[in-house]
Amino acid sequence: MGLLKYFRQEKPKKGSARLAKDRLQIIVAHEHSFAARPSYLAEMQQEIVAVIRKYMDISSDDVKCEFSDKAEDDMSVLEVNVALPKHK
Amino acid sequence: MAKVIVVTSGKGGVGKTTSSAAIGCGLAMSGAKTVIIDFDIGLRNLDLIMGCERRVVYDLINVINGEANLQQALVKDKRISTLFILPASQTRDKEALTKVGVEKVIADLKADGFEYIICDSPAGIEQGAMMALYYADEAIVTTNPEVSSVRDSDRITGMLSSKSHRAELQLSPIRVHLLITRYCPERVEKEEMLSIEDIDDLLGIELLGVIPESQDVLNASNLGEPVILNQDCDAGKAYQDAVDRLLGIDREFRFVTYRKKGFLSRIFGG
Ligand SMILES: Nc1ncnc2c1ncn2[C@@H]1O[C@H](COP(=O)(O)OP(=O)(O)O)[C@@H](O)[C@H]1O
Ligand SMILES: [Mg+2]
Repeated sequence: MGLLKYFRQEKPKKGSARLAKDRLQIIVAHEHSFAARPSYLAEMQQEIVAVIRKYMDISSDDVKCEFSDKAEDDMSVLEVNVALPKHK
Repeated sequence: MAKVIVVTSGKGGVGKTTSSAAIGCGLAMSGAKTVIIDFDIGLRNLDLIMGCERRVVYDLINVINGEANLQQALVKDKRISTLFILPASQTRDKEALTKVGVEKVIADLKADGFEYIICDSPAGIEQGAMMALYYADEAIVTTNPEVSSVRDSDRITGMLSSKSHRAELQLSPIRVHLLITRYCPERVEKEEMLSIEDIDDLLGIELLGVIPESQDVLNASNLGEPVILNQDCDAGKAYQDAVDRLLGIDREFRFVTYRKKGFLSRIFGG
């Protein structure tokens, strides 16, 4: 960040209330997205792992399912990431 | 139409019982027949705050178990003729609180002509707290301007919209109000405490009232006189404003800004 920009920043708040609010904003958003997850997600993740396992050697830790349902987006996103062993 | 209002928070010690007593009193003073039910099984305190601890004979669990009827268990307030208390049991465990049991007690209270049924919730998100909120039509989420209280309030707001009778039956949702208690404008001014705006941004709940941090609250509980009965103090006035807003009367928010005491007021007080 340039020096000018630094000096133009909003005056830093004196107390700790700013930090309290920032931390709360993050945790509350996180807990909301967690609560919005469909209840079948865990079971579905296990089934996906089982299917991939039929063909490939992976562990359940190699699969990550992320569900996001942000208010500003007009759709929910289910992201499934599978880390595969290096193809030899 | 009778209204069931739960006073809840998740976190303990934020002022639920103080607020249940004050708001219950205020509603009763408006002439509406009002009962405050203590759901804090094993840790009853509402009786002390209301100053009727020596007149408790039976309790909520006795009524649910059919060991006493409602009329025997209700304690009538000595000051306000339309106000009653239904005490919590000091000895049983929370498992004695069942949906069926609570539903029957509430139905009987309605049949008896009660217009406001205030449920003073215990802390936590276990059985006792869930039973206190389950049949609510409205909720007063009591929050201190402090991180863990705000987070718990958000959590309990989620429960109100997913775990209540209204949610499960897909009826119109519980109307949720925010009551900020132990607010300290001076510390907010110094940016040491979350402000009303901060809490509003975080929780997004309709604001019912802001009760200042005040020694008068402790005095009131020492005396067993709900603080709203002391209309000379800021906390009492702030609770009265909150009650008025519940009744649909517009009230400006008071005691929310800090004014440095000037030379004269420092000398003469005020
Ligand atoms: N506005 C206030 N100012 C100062 N002390 C308060 C205020 N509201 C509540 N208290 C104190 O906080 C403590 C907890 O209050 P209580 O109503 O018992 O909380 P809860 O029912 O949520 O556990 C009590 O000692 C009470 O006197
Ligand atoms: Mg309490």
